[in-house]
Amino acid sequence: MQTFFYTAGAVAVAATLLMILSLNAVHALLYLIVSFLAVAVIFYILGAPFVAALEVIVYAGAIMVLFIFIVMMLNLGRRAAEQERAWLRPSMWIGPSVLAAILLGEVILLLTRAGVPAPAAEVVGPKEVGLVLFGPYLIGVELTSVLLMGALVAAYHLGWHRPKLEKANVDDSRARGASPGGDFVRAGADRSPGTP
Amino acid sequence: MLMIPVQEGLLLAAILFALGLIGLLVRRNILFILMSTEVMLNAAGLAFIVAGARWGAADGQVMFFFILALAAAEVSVGLALVLRMHHQYKSLDADLLSRMRG
Repeated sequence: MQTFFYTAGAVAVAATLLMILSLNAVHALLYLIVSFLAVAVIFYILGAPFVAALEVIVYAGAIMVLFIFIVMMLNLGRRAAEQERAWLRPSMWIGPSVLAAILLGEVILLLTRAGVPAPAAEVVGPKEVGLVLFGPYLIGVELTSVLLMGALVAAYHLGWHRPKLEKANVDDSRARGASPGGDFVRAGADRSPGTP
Repeated sequence: MLMIPVQEGLLLAAILFALGLIGLLVRRNILFILMSTEVMLNAAGLAFIVAGARWGAADGQVMFFFILALAAAEVSVGLALVLRMHHQYKSLDADLLSRMRG
């Protein structure tokens, strides 16, 4: 079991490092998803299978889908077709695939060994977690609901279109020398080298 | 049954947190800054899970739920801000935001 822990930890660190170093936003998102999957394996080894499932569903599923939606929304126009062509090259998906294949090998090894694989630590199941969550931590659950409501209202307010105000701001920033149409992937490349 | 030493789990959490912090500091793209924040929150949750596994308690997992909800709220607001920024400046360079008039 310790070998699985070290392998998954190495995959998590490598995927996170490659996420930081990658230039393209979608490459970084793929590496980040692999990193979250590796952390989910570690959660299972540490005896928290419920949280491991939540990590896959919420982090690698929901939050990363939000990121991918935003990248897709920002990438409209002529450059989208060129990027689509570039995405078909193997150099994009070979790195995340290798790292994900290591994790898949771990899962296969765990499942094909004799018997039900036992985590390295004492298993704390969903029932205990639910009893604690809605017992001593009930006020935390209530505060979480308030936080999510606030985030919903804030995201709705920020996403609300105000065309008049927006146009005034764009004109203003153009007058101040901001270059429109900059590349969102390599941010800052259009600035003069002297600026901090 | 072989136990995972708690030091090594915390070391992994610290390495992931440091990587997230480095990404937060070195990248200028606001999308990468948000992703690094996610990595840091995930590393904090990993530390809680390691501590919970050490004592066989469910409290660590409860704390991870709260971090999960926090990350979801933070990323929704952050991505809405990214959309506004792209509408107004046509770029995701975080340094452009210093031109905002407070």
